Amino acid sequence: MGMTITEKILAKAAKREFVEPGENIWLNVDVLMTHDVCGPPTIDIWKREFGKEAKIWDKDKLVIFPDHYIFTKNPQANRNVDLLREFANEYGIKNYYDVGTDRYKGVCHIALAEEGYNLPGTVLFGTDSHTCTSGAFGMFSTGVGNTDAAFILGTGKIWEKVPASLKFTFNGKMPNYLTAKDLILKILGDITTDGGTYKALEFDGDAIFSLPMEERMTLTNMAIEVGAMNGIIAADKVTEEYVKARTDKKYELYQSDEDAKYVKKFSYDVSQLEPSVAKPHSPDNYSTVKDVVGTKLTKCYVGSCTGGKLPDFISAAKIIAGKEVKVPTFIVPGSVNIARQLKEEKINGETLYNIFEKAGCTIAEASCAACLGGPADTVGRATDGEVIISTTNRNFPGRMGSKKSAVYLASPLSVAASSVTGVITDPREFL
Amino acid sequence: MEKEIIGKAFVLGDNIDTDQIIPAEHLVYSLNDADESKKYGHFALSGVPFEQSGLPEGKIAFINGERNDSDYKVIVGGANFGCGSSREHAPFALEKAGVKAVVAESYARIFFRNAVDGGFIVPYETKEKINNKIKTNDEIVINLVENKLVNKTSGESFELKPLGDILPIIEAGNIFEYARKSGLMNE
Repeated sequence: MGMTITEKILAKAAKREFVEPGENIWLNVDVLMTHDVCGPPTIDIWKREFGKEAKIWDKDKLVIFPDHYIFTKNPQANRNVDLLREFANEYGIKNYYDVGTDRYKGVCHIALAEEGYNLPGTVLFGTDSHTCTSGAFGMFSTGVGNTDAAFILGTGKIWEKVPASLKFTFNGKMPNYLTAKDLILKILGDITTDGGTYKALEFDGDAIFSLPMEERMTLTNMAIEVGAMNGIIAADKVTEEYVKARTDKKYELYQSDEDAKYVKKFSYDVSQLEPSVAKPHSPDNYSTVKDVVGTKLTKCYVGSCTGGKLPDFISAAKIIAGKEVKVPTFIVPGSVNIARQLKEEKINGETLYNIFEKAGCTIAEASCAACLGGPADTVGRATDGEVIISTTNRNFPGRMGSKKSAVYLASPLSVAASSVTGVITDPREFL
Repeated sequence: MEKEIIGKAFVLGDNIDTDQIIPAEHLVYSLNDADESKKYGHFALSGVPFEQSGLPEGKIAFINGERNDSDYKVIVGGANFGCGSSREHAPFALEKAGVKAVVAESYARIFFRNAVDGGFIVPYETKEKINNKIKTNDEIVINLVENKLVNKTSGESFELKPLGDILPIIEAGNIFEYARKSGLMNE
């Protein structure tokens, strides 16, 4: 019987010939990633459980990116980064990317890709729900809590239930008014926030394979928003090119078998899809942008692991170029590397950075920032009564900082179009 | 493992995400420091919009005033309880507040794993939707042997789904105790 790409990778990690959905198996983990919010409590649990002589199963496989609460005066948040630094020094963790040094990278899910940790065919766990982002590289990746991470830290192993797979095929040529964000919001509307619980989301189709890695990452990033364990896209030439440019580590390519089993298959013709939003207060509260046009806004936000990558800023800049924003608009690059690219990448001879600056946007430093609210002094944080359109991934009550705010999730094109009008606007008006 | 959990119900709706259970701004406190970690109890469920806090009426505080624990020992939720982020601070905050069990139609994967592997609370699944059949402040008895929930206030009882594969982990206390007992940590 055939296996899906997810089943094949999990079988390999469990040293098995064959696995099937529903089986609980023990996996050997290739990479464990953590950050400033969940790293310190993970380390505490690891020390508590493994004692004074606690050993890390494989120091080279532990990767730590401080990224959540970085540019804040909050003493406890800063203490968490201090704890990571002390831990990295004490145990000699070379894959630690410290704040305030030229090693600082930015948001973990983007940095994992940029630093060559995402390798097709491997298994990556992280203490963050959006760890599923790495699945764009034809690998298995998922989020866990501190206890599970501490278990991995000490043993290199973790149990997991093999997920059944859902397949989403997108056919056709991507129109210029759509981005990957529109596709995943459409899926959310169709299957809701628990439609993928404990499942693997596999993306397929020529529209998917026409996308650059960053856009593919937007799809797998939001697999968790339907409750999925992982999102996955088979690696192709685009993937291999991206990986080889960043690392010489070995990887293995997997494809789903023709007769692999799926719980359900969905098929879309991208030419029939519309710019999408998720209305307040749930990522599955789907609407076309067209149906909410004119909604008055107080803020626009382009950033995060979902919508703060180079193609997101190129999309936004295309619309914002030569115009002025009508409401406060925040540009938050997902990584230091992307922040640098903003000053290099040009549209009609002008850098993205200059385009955003001239338009009156606030350009912040790379971090998770207001995507998840954060400490009171976090840039772009939502306040009571605000109505925001954002390229981020979640809009449950209070997610961006105030439970009395309303957040619309949308593509960078839709957010940019809205920023120059001050009301929710269909990007096709500017394209 | 206790055989019975007895306490008042606090009823919530569907899709209670981890930001509603413990808002992200509070994730800075130590979970290890006995005194500081009490804040997690204090802020538990503080992200739930007040109108939806303690159904069916709503506008019921889960934590009163400056307290760090709650009068409610049983959370009754709907579908997809604990969706959103991977923060283990969420089941930890509920435990700190004194919650013993959550009873919901379904759970998000990471919250469910965290609740069980960390040994914080017992996450029971219901066979039917019950958050519209139980009222906040109802007196609840959960029988963990018979997998049954009795609402002492209304006299109604509901079957719960057996804990299945996770029961040995809950009985052991957490994933580490379970792994030690089954020899998995000594390999």
